[in-house]
Amino acid sequence: MALSDLDLSCRIGALTLQNPVLTASGTFGYGREFESFVNLHRLGAVVVKGISLAPRRGNPPPRVVETACGMLNAIGLENVGVERFLAEKMDYLRGMRATVIVNILGDSVEEYAELAGLLDGVAGIAAIEVNISCPNVKKGGVAFGTDPKMAAAVTKAVKGATKLPVIIKLSPNVTDIALMAKAVEAAGADAVSLINTLLGMAIDIRSRRPRLANVVGGLSGPAIKPVALRMVWQVARAVQIPVIGIGGIATAEDALEFLIAGASAIEVGTANFINPRACEDILNGIGAYLEANKMTSVRELVGSLAV
Amino acid sequence: MAPMQLKAEILRRETLAPDLIRLTFLAPDLAAAARPGQFLMLRAGAVRDPLLRRPLSIHQITTSGWVQVLFKVVGQGTRLLAALAPGQTLDVVGPLGNHFALKSGGNLCLIGGGMGIAPLYFLARELQRRNPPERVVPLLGARTAKELRPLADDFVALGLEPRLATDDGTLGHHGLVIDHLSELLVSGKPWHIYTCGPYPMMRAVVKLCREQGWHCQVSLETMMACGISACLGCAIPAAQLDGPYKHVCKDGPVFGAEEVAWL
Ligand SMILES: Cc1cc2nc3c(=O)[nH]c(=O)nc-3n(C[C@H](O)[C@H](O)[C@H](O)COP(=O)(O)OP(=O)(O)OC[C@H]3O[C@@H](n4cnc5c(N)ncnc54)[C@H](O)[C@@H]3O)c2cc1C
Ligand SMILES: Cc1cc2nc3c(=O)[nH]c(=O)nc-3n(C[C@H](O)[C@H](O)[C@H](O)COP(=O)(O)O)c2cc1C
Ligand code: FES
Repeated sequence: MALSDLDLSCRIGALTLQNPVLTASGTFGYGREFESFVNLHRLGAVVVKGISLAPRRGNPPPRVVETACGMLNAIGLENVGVERFLAEKMDYLRGMRATVIVNILGDSVEEYAELAGLLDGVAGIAAIEVNISCPNVKKGGVAFGTDPKMAAAVTKAVKGATKLPVIIKLSPNVTDIALMAKAVEAAGADAVSLINTLLGMAIDIRSRRPRLANVVGGLSGPAIKPVALRMVWQVARAVQIPVIGIGGIATAEDALEFLIAGASAIEVGTANFINPRACEDILNGIGAYLEANKMTSVRELVGSLAV
Repeated sequence: MAPMQLKAEILRRETLAPDLIRLTFLAPDLAAAARPGQFLMLRAGAVRDPLLRRPLSIHQITTSGWVQVLFKVVGQGTRLLAALAPGQTLDVVGPLGNHFALKSGGNLCLIGGGMGIAPLYFLARELQRRNPPERVVPLLGARTAKELRPLADDFVALGLEPRLATDDGTLGHHGLVIDHLSELLVSGKPWHIYTCGPYPMMRAVVKLCREQGWHCQVSLETMMACGISACLGCAIPAAQLDGPYKHVCKDGPVFGAEEVAWL
């Protein structure tokens, strides 16, 4: 069977993606940064860097530090703001025929809703992913992502402001992530994606100072994969809406684990920094696996975990 | 020129001094595109310790498609790169970042400390093509003669006359490379400065340039997760402190001294 005969498509609410390999927000810029490495139109979707109403300058440096099999970041949600994003970044993505999912963040429920409204109806935007979980900005996502009521309120407000499919991106820094997933499902979310980074820190023992200027930051990369996989499995069993798996995915094998655990699609994050071609490599690897296992559709795999 | 990702064959590994390594690899497309001041993100293979690539400046290129990096072994990443033997492959992303503006004419001075000398050699060669050798003055400093001599010899081979300084006095002036700046001052001429090295050294150079009204290009380093302007991890404060941050991998690594904050 030729690779092109495989059905790799997946459904996220009303949205059908050509394949389940997406980029994770904040690790793929606005797409163009990868133009010489990846065919953007081949990806399931490009999820762009988190966008806020006003531009944000982010946290002071140092903002990143490597840790065992992972990295901590405290970027502080630096972004160009929604106005410049629409004016300067979307044309290119449309021209590349990329499927674009815009990740949004806000300080208040109203800000999330306003952002969603501004993105509604913009040509080339396929869905909105709502970051309710970024641990880096003091005023930012923490409260929304760790409280089921607040998370539901944001979901409802965003749903009310746009006709686009809405994906709520969950924080792992909670006791019961399935509870959070159920709360946003009940509030109307079309899908959930998880996980965002795990809150962590690192210390320079010579100076006895934190390695990040922000003291704490988000842990990502292969180190978090087992935790992410466990959470995806728990959430997939708890909700009816599609689940997008994120966390430490660097190879096709990693991605397959998430699909088997119940994810309908996956996002590739930190791996893009190490192998800028990671998304396409993973996509090709998933196809090869399906073929080797005589499967015709990736959906046969989703949630096929035998326990 | 758009960056590329490639696997390059190691042609040569030289240990110039203890823990000072020069790697030569074959990458014709990269060599053709590279400009002085640009850098590469390197990985010794599909290892997970370290996880991230390591940034190194382009030290030299040849018309036969050879590319060189010069580095100090300071941790696991550089240790694995240093262990690569001829015939093995190096995983390369590059060329990345902007480059030094090449001046033709005027009095040019290159000030390098330690591994900051690595990009200045590539720069010196390009400047020496465009300018009479006596107009290109390198000031080079390192900890000790063992480290400095092999690097200084390469500048001499270009027909230049580097002024040297070592921390322990084993080669050239016993002290800091910036002590040689007085020579520029007594010349009474205006200088165009290129500098790369430890932050305090560059800050002192920038201070003098500001006082004298000399133009100064600096090459800066930060922690980098990606090198391809995707992570926004390489932020540094701009001269206008409350303005947007600069990003070393995209806006740099070469900056006009007046663009960034000197803290
Ligand atoms: C644009 C750029 C160009 C560079 N060019 C060269 C070069 O030509 N030759 C060369 O020898 N080095 C160069 N460096 C520095 C080099 O990248 C680091 O020495 C290397 O990443 C260390 O990796 P490691 O795993 O061996 O050490 P690690 O275990 O990561 O670190 C060991 C020690 O080095 C320090 N360190 C780590 N990364 C950096 C960094 N980016 N800058 C300064 N200190 C760091 C750490 O704080 C620690 O104290 C460059 C850095 C940048 C950003
Ligand atoms: C440098 C960096 C910046 C990130 N920025 C964002 C962001 O703006 N919005 C968001 O929702 N997630 C952001 N994330 C989280 C990732 O999208 C992803 O959820 C997380 O890194 C886990 O996946 P990984 O292990 O594959 O990287 C960022 C992660 C990193 C490493
Ligand atoms: S190192 Fe990632 S943006 Fe500069």
